[in-house]
Amino acid sequence: LCFPCCTHSPYSQAFLTPSSSRVFVVRRDQDIYIHTLRKLFNESHGIFMGLQRSEEELAGKSRKAQLVQVSKNYRSVIRACMEDMHQAAALKLGPAFLQVSILSAMELIWNLCEILFVEAATAGPLLLRLLDWVRLHVCDVDSMVRQVLSSESPSKHKLFWNVVDVFVLQGRMDEARHLLSKEASANPASMNMYKILDDLMKKMPVPSLGNTQTLTELELKWQHWHEECQRYLQDGTFASNPHMESICKILLGDEDAILEKKELMTTWYHFLVTRLLYSHPTVKPMELRFYAQSSMDLFLGGESSPEPLDMILMAAFEFEMHQVIKECSIVLSNWWFVAHLTDLLDHCKLLQSHNLYFGSNMREFLLLEYASGLFSHHSLWQLGVDYFDHCPQFGRVYLELHIERVPLSTEQKALKVLRICEQRQMHEQVRSICKIMAMKALRNNRLGSALSWSIRAKDAAFATLISDRFLKDYCEKGCFSDLDLIDNLGPSMLLSDRLTFLGKYREFHRLYGEKRFAEAARLLLTLMTAHIAPCSFWMTLLTDALPLLEQKEVIFSAEQTYELMRCLEDLTAGNPDKQKFQDDDVETTKVEMLRLALARNLARVIVKEGTVEGS
Amino acid sequence: MSCKGDTRTQRSRGGGPAEQTGNTAAPSRLPLFLPLPTRPATDAEPIGAGAAARRSQAEHSAAPARPGNRGQQAPPGSYKRRGRLSAAPGPARTRSRRAPGLSLRARRRAAANQRARRGAGGSGRGAGAAMEDVSAKFVSQKISRTRWRPLPAAALQPPDVFATGSWDNEDNRISIWSAGDLGNAGLNGEYHGEPHLLCDIQHNGDVMDMQFLDQERIVVASSTGTVTIFRHHQNNQTLSADHRWAKAHYHVDQDTSCGGAACTGVVCNNPEIVTVGEDGRINLFRADQKDAVRTIDNADSSTLHAVTFLRTTEILTVNSIGQLKIWDLRQQRNEPSQIFSLAGDRVPLHCVDRHPNQQHIVATGGQDGMLSIWDIRQGTMPVSLLNAHEAEMWEVHFHPSDPDHLFTCSEDGSLWHWDTSTNVSEKPSFLHQGGRSTAYLSHSTMNQSVVSAWLSNDPTKDRMEITNLIPNQTLSVNSLDVLGPCLVYGTDAEAIYVNRQLFA
Repeated sequence: LCFPCCTHSPYSQAFLTPSSSRVFVVRRDQDIYIHTLRKLFNESHGIFMGLQRSEEELAGKSRKAQLVQVSKNYRSVIRACMEDMHQAAALKLGPAFLQVSILSAMELIWNLCEILFVEAATAGPLLLRLLDWVRLHVCDVDSMVRQVLSSESPSKHKLFWNVVDVFVLQGRMDEARHLLSKEASANPASMNMYKILDDLMKKMPVPSLGNTQTLTELELKWQHWHEECQRYLQDGTFASNPHMESICKILLGDEDAILEKKELMTTWYHFLVTRLLYSHPTVKPMELRFYAQSSMDLFLGGESSPEPLDMILMAAFEFEMHQVIKECSIVLSNWWFVAHLTDLLDHCKLLQSHNLYFGSNMREFLLLEYASGLFSHHSLWQLGVDYFDHCPQFGRVYLELHIERVPLSTEQKALKVLRICEQRQMHEQVRSICKIMAMKALRNNRLGSALSWSIRAKDAAFATLISDRFLKDYCEKGCFSDLDLIDNLGPSMLLSDRLTFLGKYREFHRLYGEKRFAEAARLLLTLMTAHIAPCSFWMTLLTDALPLLEQKEVIFSAEQTYELMRCLEDLTAGNPDKQKFQDDDVETTKVEMLRLALARNLARVIVKEGTVEGS
Repeated sequence: MSCKGDTRTQRSRGGGPAEQTGNTAAPSRLPLFLPLPTRPATDAEPIGAGAAARRSQAEHSAAPARPGNRGQQAPPGSYKRRGRLSAAPGPARTRSRRAPGLSLRARRRAAANQRARRGAGGSGRGAGAAMEDVSAKFVSQKISRTRWRPLPAAALQPPDVFATGSWDNEDNRISIWSAGDLGNAGLNGEYHGEPHLLCDIQHNGDVMDMQFLDQERIVVASSTGTVTIFRHHQNNQTLSADHRWAKAHYHVDQDTSCGGAACTGVVCNNPEIVTVGEDGRINLFRADQKDAVRTIDNADSSTLHAVTFLRTTEILTVNSIGQLKIWDLRQQRNEPSQIFSLAGDRVPLHCVDRHPNQQHIVATGGQDGMLSIWDIRQGTMPVSLLNAHEAEMWEVHFHPSDPDHLFTCSEDGSLWHWDTSTNVSEKPSFLHQGGRSTAYLSHSTMNQSVVSAWLSNDPTKDRMEITNLIPNQTLSVNSLDVLGPCLVYGTDAEAIYVNRQLFA
């Protein structure tokens, strides 16, 4: 397994162009931008959410099974991603290859953490799990096996004994015996020797997953078997065949014999597991660290210094969870791994609240980093939201700050962002988003849309602004635009006074158009007397009253006429700029005409009301 | 929602499919032996590396309904859960005492039977196939639209090819997929059950809407305001832009660099294409003409969200202030011939679909997740309002050949199947007889009873089965399309799902 030798900091830099202008794109989390990894982020998001939802109440075993399942799901996502990258790499070598190796390292570490921390396998099953782990990750063997098996006579193949050794080293006894039987049938002379070895391999006691045998029982059996092997070795039973002798030595857990097969094991952790298998099959989790340390020392033999991956695995064997996470965050180029692993371990209740200097725990810190990275991505930001949701302390603040900065290219996107904010009662952000959209609409001269947005935000000031634009347009053009909206304001009309006025004024026009004059007149008057209409608009309203006053039948009652006259006088008297009326001929004429009409209406109404009451 | 005025208006209140029970069971993992180029999986433990495990994984994590837990979904809707009823239908009386309006009941299927019926395949594979009708694929782009390619008139096969469009990417794409065969495990461990890409092409701006014009051409609406016809060359599996109407939708300042306004909806009736946009404009194009045949500027003061044909000359639009408008394209007047609206609260409507056989029945979906059924022959308000999703309903579709079934999907990450076909219990349902082959229907016999299924007020009759097909999904389901027995949908979680046995 190769590992990135350069250390990526989370704020790594990527060259945009290798030119002298030196433009750097500084990105939070480089891996976020790798196309094939988007699957990983999306799929693991689903698992993450499932884990957060899962019931804490599930007691003991079933809870553990659930968590192990979650862990396996995470791993299978990583594996799926690797598979995709293999396909990508088949097309073009290069960065994809590096990515695959990083992913496989992640999976290796995760798997070990799963065995040691999540599942917390006990002595016995622990070894079986570790064997599985090695078999899964050291798999150069398989091509070798295929080569040997596909040859005409496997036993004559030059790699034959290598393959047998590998099987033995990985504890795959059945496969090893199967191969040996081929050799035995080709070599009837030494049949007896093969039989003995075969028998030894068959009889080797292994820990069982079920509770059918106790550890002491196993140890006893194992001791017995060990002595038997010892006996055969001393007898010189295998002396004639060096291969078989070395296998027997391996079975006895002879470190030198195992170390001789260094090339076949390739890694120190393989050596560790093999060593445990043949000398300490009932190793306890807490003893692992001693064997791990000595295995690494023996295997590397001072020739090479341990690489970061070795250090991480070692930390895991030492049960230093924090160390594992720390090393991983330093070495890996993404936050995905540490954030999800830490979250899982936290759900296992393994990370005691390890408070950081800024007051949040490690799980939250890593999730925040990861989610912030997602938010910096133009498309993955939606995933980040859910991660922030599960950060009790700072998630909300982070979300508030990030969500406001999501570019709103279309209304649909705005609606999605808005929904996120509304679900979380983030009123400030809702207002701000609606305002942005309303402003955009206003700039595009889409008054209707702008009004809709400000109504959604319950932004009274902005609604007033837009209503004024509508009224201004009306004064200029003499007709309303966007009738379909204004006619259907409904209760949202009450958002701002000006909007109410706009709606009511339009209603007046509708009533007038439908020739419901009495109602129209009453509404018109109310608009002024209840001070719904802005003063600047009174003159227009009064002018609107003119045709009503001039109708054949009397519409305004005496009382209403007095009110109208009062309004007119208020307007002319209240206006400090009296000059304006005198200078402006049109205005003066208008006032005069109004006065005349009002007076005539008053006369008619007095007569009418008198008559009606008299009769 | 205070007064809906209309006495016929019924509304079911209450939570969505909140009480989901099942699905805590761990997904069964398949051991696999999958040759990889450089890293063969010698996975002895039961986690799997390869496609099958991944598939089951994907399906678990984004868990589309599997037969096993589908039955355990609570009915989305208000009335008390009466889940276990339908396995052995209870007496009608028990249901009829509910308030006028919908009667809902949970559907419970004998999952085991289904499994037995189908699971005869090879060991691991068979188990996988039986477990799921739904295949999923993560596609590394957020999907805004999915559409089946229409079937030729005489086709007997189920639909296979569909198109997707992405949104919110730096580089958006139109992709054509093959849904793949069900049940045929491919060579090289590749699973044919998974949709695979046939071809794709880059697209400027978000894909807002898309629709097949015919077997080969797709009309795509872009957030840049451009409407493009893409042609899918089936012989060499490529896509190319056939024709483009640049900035068909624009704001007043068309000259500025960002003058385009998003085109939000498109509908085709070969050769006619109608588009609507955020600019409140309606465009009528013909596939064979360069310029718009007809443009209605300022057709709406707010954003038009969707459009559909009512008849060949009439279209329906929905807008962001809760109005449904009918436009008669024969009339030169630039005004709708009829306006319907949700009274009161002006909830924006996002999608609209018309009953394929009874053109007066129209379904719309709104911002609050409500499904409204309208009878455009009468009234100006919806006949029924059905409380459905918890967030924006992005699409609503009647099943094209079996309009008893309706499908809706929503921002809240759910996809609901509304089924009114069971409301007359003695009525034989062709769909439920099983296999795919029988799923193509002509419905002349069913129609009599169905006429009123969506409009009916009779509390004893109008029972509706509602199933949430996606439990536990968190991110939005932006689009769905249904054709024959097949359903395809796409999500913001960058996955597409194909369900080939919708009525199994």
